Amino acid sequence: MLIINCPYCGERPEIEFRYGGEAHIARPADPSALSDAEWTDFLYNRTNPKGKHAERWRHIHGCGRYFNAVRDTVSDFFVTTYKTGEARPDIEESAR
Amino acid sequence: MRPDAAAEAPLQKFSGFALLRNALGGHQNWGHQWRNPAPKDEYDVVIVGAGGHGLGAAYYLAKEHGITNVAVIERGWLGGGNTGRNTTIIRSNYLFDESAALYEHSVKLWEGLSQDLNYNVMYSARGVLMLAHNHHDVASFKRHVHSNRLNGVDNEWLDADGVKAFCPPLNIKSMRYPILGGALQRRGGTARHDAVAWGFARGASDRGVDIIQNCEVTGIRRGANGAVEGVETSRGFIRAKKIGVSAAGHTSVVMSMAGVRMPLESYPLQALVSEPVKPAFDSVVMSNTIHAYISQSDKGEMVIGAGTDAYTSYSQRGGLHITTHTLDAICELVPQFRRLRMLRNWGGIVDVTPDRSPIIAKTPVPGLYVNCGWGTGGFKATPGSANVFAHTIAKDAPHPINAPFSLERFRDGFLIDEAAAAAVAH
Ligand SMILES: Cc1cc2nc3c(=O)[nH]c(=O)nc-3n(C[C@H](O)[C@H](O)[C@H](O)COP(=O)(O)OP(=O)(O)OC[C@H]3O[C@@H](n4cnc5c(N)ncnc54)[C@H](O)[C@@H]3O)c2cc1C
Ligand SMILES: [Zn+2]
Repeated sequence: MLIINCPYCGERPEIEFRYGGEAHIARPADPSALSDAEWTDFLYNRTNPKGKHAERWRHIHGCGRYFNAVRDTVSDFFVTTYKTGEARPDIEESAR
Repeated sequence: MRPDAAAEAPLQKFSGFALLRNALGGHQNWGHQWRNPAPKDEYDVVIVGAGGHGLGAAYYLAKEHGITNVAVIERGWLGGGNTGRNTTIIRSNYLFDESAALYEHSVKLWEGLSQDLNYNVMYSARGVLMLAHNHHDVASFKRHVHSNRLNGVDNEWLDADGVKAFCPPLNIKSMRYPILGGALQRRGGTARHDAVAWGFARGASDRGVDIIQNCEVTGIRRGANGAVEGVETSRGFIRAKKIGVSAAGHTSVVMSMAGVRMPLESYPLQALVSEPVKPAFDSVVMSNTIHAYISQSDKGEMVIGAGTDAYTSYSQRGGLHITTHTLDAICELVPQFRRLRMLRNWGGIVDVTPDRSPIIAKTPVPGLYVNCGWGTGGFKATPGSANVFAHTIAKDAPHPINAPFSLERFRDGFLIDEAAAAAVAH
């Protein structure tokens, strides 16, 4: 079981959390200006990297809040967690 | 698998007579099943990934389309991906017309596959029973039964007593979510996963296809016009007129080499087997509601699995609490298995689409084709998917069966939403 560091509550076991998918996918500011291809990218296409992944988590059995994390999808190691609204930390893509 | 020398000898056909002759020779004289060649400089078609789908595509390219200058390139060993890690459930009782056509095409091929390949894939139509535990399940499964029958796919509704009669080891009453009935597809069942990879590899190799193992594709080279020129690999550049990507959990990674973003996320999916016991469970039973399914292998192990892990990952492990949860459900479902010890557990990386239906299609890149998104349930589709993928590559146009399973369906809003159709686990 993974230990996840909620930026609000501290370290808790994985089963207290719910995964929320790729982070930093902002809803388009001007939806009607988007082409169908751009909508597809927003709605369905995902980076799905093998390596560092910025993703959302929700501390569902704790504070109930969403936050972001950078996790290595090869080892499942959490590099860092940070609050929603903060920029993606500058962590080198390939460094393990 | 074994390096070659005797590999150029003609392929031995399997038959009762061959078995007898080799038994008398102490089984020392069975030849190699496929060649292990060095890569050539150029191929008409390169398939990325030697799972059942990739090997099958190569087999059908050679057999049905006469395209034999083909290489299947594999980073590990053939059949070592999800093909060799899955729990082998085969069925075709999917809800939507498009899905029913695709999966039924596959079941029909399963029925004759051992003969076609001259290789025993041990397809066993022992029946797949999907359990209903609540009102929603009952309504949804009955809807499936009706829809399947309209599509010529066998599926029948059993009430609780019928379930008990069909599979006596099941505990139908004294559990948290009692069994109210089930949908049974009698033509569903299992096959031997390794034999499927080996049989397709043998048949493809015999027709001239090169299977290149221990060779990772690291790049896709495109020309000035955007079309593919070949693949960069750990064993050098290999020129190719067409490239078919069949890399399951690694599809996003491979497609990004050509600059194509995919509607996919990769999750670990786990399975486990018990110690082997005498025949005790003669069908396949699945429950999506309590997250467990079970069958017995020919070796006697109970083969058990469930849903994916909660988050995307390329680690072929997964969390232990997921399997524990599955075993809780199995112990309630079949109380006599409570004292069985589990022997092994493992994970595979499955590529999941937003609508839980696969993509077998051309891509925006000329000469690049993709077969992916099979998620947790693509073993059953191996021959059918390989068959229509080969057609798509050979003709540069989809077969009518896979035409709806395009990449553009996400753009155009024609999702094939088996995700919402409840019965989608495997
Ligand atoms: C635990 C588990 C249980 C399952 N149970 C069922 C079931 O009961 N019924 C069912 O129908 N389905 C089931 N599935 C799903 C099924 O296993 C898959 O959908 C199916 O086997 C996919 O076959 P494939 O040939 O596409 O993929 P794979 O067999 O995974 O083949 C893809 C190959 O591509 C190779 N590859 C990847 N990247 C590269 C690269 N860069 N260069 C070269 N090669 C590369 C990989 O090494 C791999 O061998 C299960 C899956 C798992 C993990
Ligand atoms: Zn919290």
